[in-house]
Amino acid sequence: MVERTPILNIVTHLILLAGLVMLLLPLWIVFVASTHDFRTVNTVPMPLWPGRHLIENYLFTWQQSDFGPKMLNSLVMAMGVTIGKIVIAALSAYSIVYFRYRLRMVFFWLIFITLMLPLEVRIVPTYAVAANALRPYQEILNLLGLSLVLPEWSLLNSYAGLILPLIATATGTFLYRQFFLTVPEELAEAAKMDGSGPLRFFWDILLPLSKTNMAALATIMFVYSWNQYLWPLLVVTDPSYGTAVMQLQRIVPGPLFGEPPRWHIAMAGTLIVMLPPLLVVIFMQRWFVRGLISQDK
Amino acid sequence: MADITLSRVTKFYGRTQVVHGVDLEIAHGEFIVILGPSGCGKSTLLRMIAGLEAINAGSISIAGRVVNDLEPRERGCAMVFQNYALYPHMTVGENIGYSLKVAGRPRAERVRRIEEVARIVGLDEFLDRRPGQLSGGQRQRVAMARAMIKEPQVFLFDEPLSNLDAKLRVQMRIEIRRLHQRLGGTSVFVTHDQIEAMTLADRLVVMNAGRIEQLGSPREIYRRPATLFVAGFIGSPAMNIMTAQVIGPGQAVLESGLLVGFDPALEVAAGMTVALGIRPEEVETGATGTTTIPIEFVEELGAGHLAHGSFEGGDFVVSLPSGVEAPRGGRLAIHLPPAAVHLFDPVSGRRIGVGGAPRQAPSPARAEA
Repeated sequence: MVERTPILNIVTHLILLAGLVMLLLPLWIVFVASTHDFRTVNTVPMPLWPGRHLIENYLFTWQQSDFGPKMLNSLVMAMGVTIGKIVIAALSAYSIVYFRYRLRMVFFWLIFITLMLPLEVRIVPTYAVAANALRPYQEILNLLGLSLVLPEWSLLNSYAGLILPLIATATGTFLYRQFFLTVPEELAEAAKMDGSGPLRFFWDILLPLSKTNMAALATIMFVYSWNQYLWPLLVVTDPSYGTAVMQLQRIVPGPLFGEPPRWHIAMAGTLIVMLPPLLVVIFMQRWFVRGLISQDK
Repeated sequence: MADITLSRVTKFYGRTQVVHGVDLEIAHGEFIVILGPSGCGKSTLLRMIAGLEAINAGSISIAGRVVNDLEPRERGCAMVFQNYALYPHMTVGENIGYSLKVAGRPRAERVRRIEEVARIVGLDEFLDRRPGQLSGGQRQRVAMARAMIKEPQVFLFDEPLSNLDAKLRVQMRIEIRRLHQRLGGTSVFVTHDQIEAMTLADRLVVMNAGRIEQLGSPREIYRRPATLFVAGFIGSPAMNIMTAQVIGPGQAVLESGLLVGFDPALEVAAGMTVALGIRPEEVETGATGTTTIPIEFVEELGAGHLAHGSFEGGDFVVSLPSGVEAPRGGRLAIHLPPAAVHLFDPVSGRRIGVGGAPRQAPSPARAEA
């Protein structure tokens, strides 16, 4: 829709500006709070302009909260989940779109239904499985009356435990399915005539064509898994596997522990933890937008 | 020894039978065109030869080897698709050489052969471009080069020219024919365009409703259509068809009572009702006219014109050379020369032939029906 009325133009810009302020003001307050010392940040009202303790606060927060290793843990987890999700989503969508087998649609709907079962809903059984990943198989064996005892394989306090339960993704499978459906069928046939087998076609043709989709999915999934809080909190008790978001909770002041309200440190921590996903979004933005909207080539 | 042999090839989609036991023998080095209206099963037939569709019954052999259960890549065929099906993310060179890359050929050989093939189709300057940056004709050439580089025994073309504009289509048609002669493979070309079919084919296969209606040289099919369907389908404008009753050897009478002569050698019994056909360009006009028909309008073609009138209660088209003045809104005197008259059995649709075989030998597929 193209309108050429100056008044309408001004009004739309005002609305846009109002929205922008609404979105950015809290962030600004967080930033301002992180630049003052303990005393200033607790005065009422809090100043709305930055103070002079920026570097000091951030250095203190970084060291006190041990953010170096925590960020690394978060990074390992987020990358692992992202890559795992993309691989699983692309493969399962490929199977659903390109192969004709019985129960194909059943599998698709089973995957689709998991959209309604986020981790929070199934957290108890997931934890039980994470505590011993082979337990479901042991139960099946027991049911069948086989007296085979499988070893225990605990995922607690490990990167595998942080990553694996988050990998299954209906969103990604669906996104890939929709993309594969837009790829002309002749392309698969041409590849067949060129002697390429199914895996070769997937690797040589489909994956390069879905690069933008992959970028979009990677961005969403990186942010999603970076921000995971509940699951890491459950599965990790050993601090050496703790993630940055878990750490954040420890520096938020709580009257429960009788701590002083060190808002400046908490806000600095928040901004530090926000930074990596922000950078990913900024770098991937160009691809991200293309992957979500365009169907060209 | 036939290079491709189809015997009793049958295809079902669910419960619908789309190909009804087709038999066809294609000799080595032949250019075969399969022509038919849309939905007649011609593309399905081609895709079964390629191995992209399974065969429900019958067998297909290529170079003496039954290929029913072979993967497309094991059949030694290359295919050119209607919408080219180029890989959009690869350059022209990568597109052409992809089959060699899959086959694991060394890089040096690939580069040499890509350049060689690209030179033949005139693409050597475009090897680094992407398909998106090429025109329709160039993309078509990439698709052909991609087929050629495999040095296949059989080239399969699935309506490859229908996405091109008219001028380019004529040009590519000539190039395809030239390439066929130069490469010496066997070509099977599917189209619904009869000009394309007539000009390219060594032998033409006319299909209708999953059966072969007629198989023969383009000239033969034009001169002696085996069925009413072929008579109406081949030739533009279509043959004029009327109902007539045979009254004696070489004599028939139209419904209006007008007498029409035909070749007395045609074996048809007196009293039989027949479908009588004549091509618009074989109707004689002018002083020799035996009757006159009203003309509704005239189409100008440049090299001649088409007079659309009515005759015997139906539409009737007469093709006039440019020298003859077009009758505008008036009447046209016409004559149907006996030698140009075709007779068909109106029930079976088959041609009524000369001597020995009153029912002009139809296609094998018909014999079974």
